[in-house]
Amino acid sequence: MLIIDCPYCGKRPELEFAYAGQAHLVRPRDPSTLDDEAWAQFLYMRANTRGMHAERWRHARGCGRFFNALRDTTSDRFAATYRIGTAPPVAAEDAR
Amino acid sequence: MSAWRTDSGGQIDRARSISFSFDGRIYPGFSGDTLASALLANGVHLVGRSFKYHRPRGILAAGAEEPNGLVTVIRDRARTTPNLRVTQVELYDGLVAISQNRWPSLANDFGRMNDLLSAFFPAGFYYKTFMWPRSAWKSLYEPIIRRAAGLGEAPTLPDPDRYAQRYAHCDVLIVGAGPAGLAAALAAADGGARVMLCDEQAEFGGSLLGSCGAKIDGHQASEWARQVSSELARNARVTLLPRTTAFGYFPHNLIGLNERLSEHLSVPRAGPARERLWQVRARRVVLATGSIERPLVFPGNDRPGVMLAGAAQTYLNRYGVRVGRRAALVTSNDSAYGVALDLKAAGVSIAAIADLRPNPVGHWVQAARASGIEVLVGSNVLGTRGDARVAGIHLVSGTYACDTVLMSGGFTPSVHLFSQSRGKLAWSEPMQAFIPGASAEAERSAGACRGIFDLVEALTDGYTAGSDALPDSATRRATPVDWTSRVSALPVDYAPYLGALPGADEPGRQKAFVDWQHDVTVKDLQLASREGFRSIEHVKRYTTTGMATDQGKTSNLNAMAIVARNIGVPLAQVGLTTFRMPYTPTTFGSFAGASRGDLFDPVRKTATHSWAQARGAVFENVGLWKRARYFPLAGEDMHGAVNRECAAVRAGCGVFDASTLGKIEVVGPGAAEFLNRLYINSWSSLAVGRSRYGILCREDGFIYDDGVIARIASDRFHVTTTTGGAPRVLSMMEDYRQTEWPELDVWLTSTTEQWAVIAVQGPNSRKVLAKIVTGIDLSDAAMPHMSVQNGLVCGVPTRLFRVSFSGELGFEVNVPADYGLAVWEAINAAGADLGMVAYGTESMHVMRAEKGYIIVGQDTDGTMTPDDAGLSWAIGKAKPDFVGKRSLARASMRSPSRKQLVGLRTLDPKVVLEEGAQVAERPGLKAPMPLLGHVTSSYFSAVLGSSIALAVVAGGRARLGQTLYVPMPDGDIAAAVTSPVFYDPTGARING
Repeated sequence: MLIIDCPYCGKRPELEFAYAGQAHLVRPRDPSTLDDEAWAQFLYMRANTRGMHAERWRHARGCGRFFNALRDTTSDRFAATYRIGTAPPVAAEDAR
Repeated sequence: MSAWRTDSGGQIDRARSISFSFDGRIYPGFSGDTLASALLANGVHLVGRSFKYHRPRGILAAGAEEPNGLVTVIRDRARTTPNLRVTQVELYDGLVAISQNRWPSLANDFGRMNDLLSAFFPAGFYYKTFMWPRSAWKSLYEPIIRRAAGLGEAPTLPDPDRYAQRYAHCDVLIVGAGPAGLAAALAAADGGARVMLCDEQAEFGGSLLGSCGAKIDGHQASEWARQVSSELARNARVTLLPRTTAFGYFPHNLIGLNERLSEHLSVPRAGPARERLWQVRARRVVLATGSIERPLVFPGNDRPGVMLAGAAQTYLNRYGVRVGRRAALVTSNDSAYGVALDLKAAGVSIAAIADLRPNPVGHWVQAARASGIEVLVGSNVLGTRGDARVAGIHLVSGTYACDTVLMSGGFTPSVHLFSQSRGKLAWSEPMQAFIPGASAEAERSAGACRGIFDLVEALTDGYTAGSDALPDSATRRATPVDWTSRVSALPVDYAPYLGALPGADEPGRQKAFVDWQHDVTVKDLQLASREGFRSIEHVKRYTTTGMATDQGKTSNLNAMAIVARNIGVPLAQVGLTTFRMPYTPTTFGSFAGASRGDLFDPVRKTATHSWAQARGAVFENVGLWKRARYFPLAGEDMHGAVNRECAAVRAGCGVFDASTLGKIEVVGPGAAEFLNRLYINSWSSLAVGRSRYGILCREDGFIYDDGVIARIASDRFHVTTTTGGAPRVLSMMEDYRQTEWPELDVWLTSTTEQWAVIAVQGPNSRKVLAKIVTGIDLSDAAMPHMSVQNGLVCGVPTRLFRVSFSGELGFEVNVPADYGLAVWEAINAAGADLGMVAYGTESMHVMRAEKGYIIVGQDTDGTMTPDDAGLSWAIGKAKPDFVGKRSLARASMRSPSRKQLVGLRTLDPKVVLEEGAQVAERPGLKAPMPLLGHVTSSYFSAVLGSSIALAVVAGGRARLGQTLYVPMPDGDIAAAVTSPVFYDPTGARING
């Protein structure tokens, strides 16, 4: 069971969290301007990263907040967790 | 005393003589014995029949690696535990054990025929033979195979015992309390760390207890272990866990421990749990899991009496048991010499030491020869003789009579937990074994589990590991502990041997076993190689080597070496099969803990549960909720009850507990805009005091949830969701609120459990409520369909909804949950003279289907658009965007041939279709046939006097009036496609 560092609450066991998919996917402000191909890209296409992956988690059984994390998918190590709307910490991203 | 038990020595309590039974015979033993040592003390070697060939098998080992001695221990019919290793069962007075996989008895086993026919049972035999006919798989082959190749039988009664679970945190968790583990614990404890030390055995000490002849600080090694244990036990920051197996290593240093609290007791205490599962989160872990002696693979190596040399030493020194009268030893290294010398000193005659080394030298060889033991160098084993017990060994130099053959192929580091932690294993050529390489966790292996077998080195390594595991802030000793000066022991050359002994595979030789527990021989592995298997993982599955309950603890490396030789690649390239948890089998009870029976899952009950229960309601599970399904009168079945309940609602009035519906309070200046963006409907146009049926799609355009949403104030909405959908709808709302539209000032609060919701439905519902509601004008003009008002009911504040899921004039009374039961009773009383009935979910389902109202998840399946469900009228056409809108614009989402919700009326109105039944265009088609869709809801409608069904049918709305066919085993059922609204299509009754 992983230990995840909620940016609001601190380190908690994985049981309290829910995975919420790839991070930094922004819903288009006006989806009607996208053609089918672009919309399908947004809707369905996801990275299948081997290594450092930016992803979202929700502290579902804690503060309820969504946040972002950088996790190495090969080792399950978390390089960083950071708040929604902020960019991934550069140092951690370099840790690839 | 028996010829097998020594007169003194060992760590058994000779003052406490106890008795036990094995296969119905009573034997004596001592407190401190294991079942294995007690059996051996009575001269019993034959303890089981092998898995496949039913060959007689004896005790091979003294620890967790034991492959042969699996028994069932019986306390009573419910407390019957199969497949326990005799080496790990602590003896208690009155213990009852039976052998397994034999019939009619261990000595005369009918299955022994399999061994005589073994030429017909090579590796892969099952795969090759039991292929045809297919129909015989389940009915014939599987039952026969399961009976013939069996382990113990599970008890038939529920487990009456309690299993506890505990979480713990510590600075240093040390797994294994042998020399390295004890030294690590001393170092960590000296530094003031919070230490946990666990060991699978009852007593701490590991190899110090039996197989180590050394002295530490002038004491016998076992005595030193006891002193260190007492010292650690006095330290309040140290937790000692004997009888505790670290069975699994999970990410981020979470270790699973299984502690056995009462298995060793003659009469288990009533209070404590039988076992305790620990989930320990350790800052640092020291693995001191030791090593397992490697058996030698030679012809006839599986007869009872053939044993690991170190095991015989442990039985002698720890339990005071001579495993035989005359022993021959086969070895690749020095360790067996110490065993021979110990045995000889205890009165066991030594037939010979057959050393595989061409020219062994050193003090051990000299000491053996000096004591008169015949040492054969460059020796090899050609076979053994004997039946239920080995009687002699054929060596190249001749045949030696003996009743015991002891073997040692060196030691294999126990890297199971290290490998589970995802640490990288490294092949060590000198050790001919895999040892821990780079760690993946905050972990360090110490002692024999990383190939450090020498006692001084293991103690030093353990102490260093414990010291290194201390937090940075801890104080460390200024000078390192000098173990060399504290230990007196002779050095030992642990030269390993790997693979089969030369010639073990020659034609005409006896079977040479690699995996005792799964009956895998050298020839089986060769067959797999001949048949083209190259990957060790494939060889493993084809031959089943290493796949038994012992997970190949004694066999894996030998098997790999044999495969490597067969296919001609270096062993390091063959690779290692995956180590999986658990290290040793762990009970389901331990994992289940308290989560069983009523505590398996929480049960959610509504405020009226007790009322419904008292009236004999039949309940159904909806998610975790218990919902009253129907309220049968005496002698009434479900159909009778439902027909009566529905008729009463349609003629008078009924009351229904709708409290399980999810409820979310959406509040804030941005509330209307928030719902506009999420739901397909328009919300800014909804007036305060009015409500609307809302549909929520996912971004892919498919229906996710539905429910009535009321506007309580301009900035406050009362959102209802489906019963099962409440948590995921709230989560989806939170996702958009927090991550996509943080600019909207809106707050979400789950209020599902705060409100009791009592639906009052039927033409008389207004009259009923008029008696008890105050402060609200209930007239149709003041309170029309789809409106909401605040007021009082029986003096209790209420949000009163005018809403209907039955198709009748109806209301839903929302009151604080604590008042739910009182208001429910008051409504029932008020309706007593107006034909009031209580109805359950079944009648609710029938009445909503009569009106064509969908249930999300029953009539929709995650591929239905609002239009597919006939709900495109709900879409707020003027809205620029909502979740799912862009997807709904895709061409395929607007295709007229999509499956659409329709009604089906069987031509024979008495026939009720089966939900889930398929719908075909024409009758008489043979499968596989083109199908148009399926039936989603189907009931008998009492008010219509006919069956009704909802179905999703390709291009359904264009098929109105067509006859379609529902193919069933008894033939096709013809049904006409209709509107999904069967009852009161104009809605006159709702608006009444």
